[in-house]
Amino acid sequence: MRRDLKTRSKLALYALLCVFCVPFVFPTWWMVTSSFKPVGQIFAMPPRLLPAHWDFSAYSQVFEFQPFARQYFNSCYIALVVTLGTMVVASLAGYAFARIRFPGQNALFLVVLIGLLIPSEVTIVPLFRIFESLGLTDTHWPLILVPMLGAPSVLATFIMRQFFISLPVELEEAARVDGLGQFGVFFRIALPLARPALAAVAIFTFLNSWNMYLEPIVYLSTPEKFTIPQALAQFVDAYGGPMWNVQLAAASLTSLPVLVVFVVAQRQFVEGLAHSGLKG
Amino acid sequence: MAGFWNMRRRNNLVGYLFVAPQLIGSVAFVLLPLLLIGWYSLHDYNVLAETVRFTGGQNYSKLVHDPNLPSVLAATALFSIGVTVLNLALALFLALLLNQRLAGTTVFRTLFFSPVVVSLVAWAIVWQFLLQSDGGINGMLHATGVSGPNWLRGNGTAMLALIVVQVIKNVGLNMVLFLAALQGVPHQLYEAAEIDGAGRWTRLRRITVPLISPTILLASIITVVGSLQAFAQIAVLTQGGPGTSTTVLVYYLYQQAFQFQHFGYGATLSLLLFGIVALLTAVQWRMRRKWVFNET
Repeated sequence: MRRDLKTRSKLALYALLCVFCVPFVFPTWWMVTSSFKPVGQIFAMPPRLLPAHWDFSAYSQVFEFQPFARQYFNSCYIALVVTLGTMVVASLAGYAFARIRFPGQNALFLVVLIGLLIPSEVTIVPLFRIFESLGLTDTHWPLILVPMLGAPSVLATFIMRQFFISLPVELEEAARVDGLGQFGVFFRIALPLARPALAAVAIFTFLNSWNMYLEPIVYLSTPEKFTIPQALAQFVDAYGGPMWNVQLAAASLTSLPVLVVFVVAQRQFVEGLAHSGLKG
Repeated sequence: MAGFWNMRRRNNLVGYLFVAPQLIGSVAFVLLPLLLIGWYSLHDYNVLAETVRFTGGQNYSKLVHDPNLPSVLAATALFSIGVTVLNLALALFLALLLNQRLAGTTVFRTLFFSPVVVSLVAWAIVWQFLLQSDGGINGMLHATGVSGPNWLRGNGTAMLALIVVQVIKNVGLNMVLFLAALQGVPHQLYEAAEIDGAGRWTRLRRITVPLISPTILLASIITVVGSLQAFAQIAVLTQGGPGTSTTVLVYYLYQQAFQFQHFGYGATLSLLLFGIVALLTAVQWRMRRKWVFNET
């Protein structure tokens, strides 16, 4: 179907694409622009695409109602630790399962693979009880350890293993002949070649951690320890009604940095995720 | 000692060291919790007295007789089927649109994909706002002279809203998967089919869909499992309501275990969820023999 099109069908195609774009782009546009509207204007009829006058007060209120800077920091450092940790855990295990032969390898791989079948919602009850008995609820440990070592990291290990299997083995053999040991071959030869797979793993691990919602609301109870998704849902007034402009300002602060990185590196995002055939 | 640590043993040791973190994590955070679910489901946990009591099959008979369960399972099925069908159809349609020789398709690809990277709770909050009775969607409908319903409070419309919000958020991923698969379809096939007089629809059904069927299978497994895990958007948008019309299994499990502190019953519901996920994955995997073309 990849052929040159006539001008008329080209125009029709552009029109179709533009119409279909609306529900994808409009919510984000609305989130950002409405955060600059005074509360009274948000529900104006008919809705306005841009604020009549720009009001920045919601952005200072975000930090008054909750320790939002602290919560932002929590989400950032948790996501960074989980991402780096998963890259280490998954590349080591993925390499060993792909390239090193050792007794019991297949059985151990099967044990690990069980994690691929288990959505984290299934194990949340026993995990909560485990961390509770260790006195680790209302800390960030469960939010770091479980994604890094548990079921979510198994997908990363699986992707790394598939990638290492697809690499030509000759390079590593040549390096071994040249006198590199097992560690040297891994760090100097295999790991640098695995950069595309590592990038895909990093992107989806970061997004997963950044978006985590069920786990923080189960484990955390002190507002200073909250993560952003959890904090976002808490911007309500004294009557429990949402404070729209403040909530939308906080939502914009959460989404815009990731969106900017995405637009700059969209090729890596899209192709990395497509080629590793996985979902964030 | 040097003799003991020969090449072979050193090699084995390196292997075990490399897999150790993942293996320990799998045992501690996957296998142990799985066993514990079975154990908890046979017990009743009293939060106030902090006592655990063996109750045998009581949680299971509660599950069978739970008056909410039929509605929970129906909502789960409706949501998952709605999301999967709509997502796959829209993803394939968008991928076909973008797979034309047309300037600027990368821009549109980026736009369609962008909701994937927007924080899930932020996305749900914006839609909560758009779907209010005086929100953005009804504002636009108002401009065309239609008065829209209170989407999130109406029976039926709440579920519809949840499905649409979920699909728009995630369809970009499947679209990208399909786009990559479409680019692997040789165009000689289309040219040959055209010479044989095959129309657009026939070419789609007889060439495109069979050739990218492995990707469709993968995308459908991912989408079904992902839809069964939906929680944040339901917690923000409907809290399972109105009534229990959008209380899907994961949300019900959360309510039972963490709002009502029924850990034993929550564990029983976890087993049910695990069973459903395992069963659906197995069924889809077996179906591949029936309709997936040239499995490699």
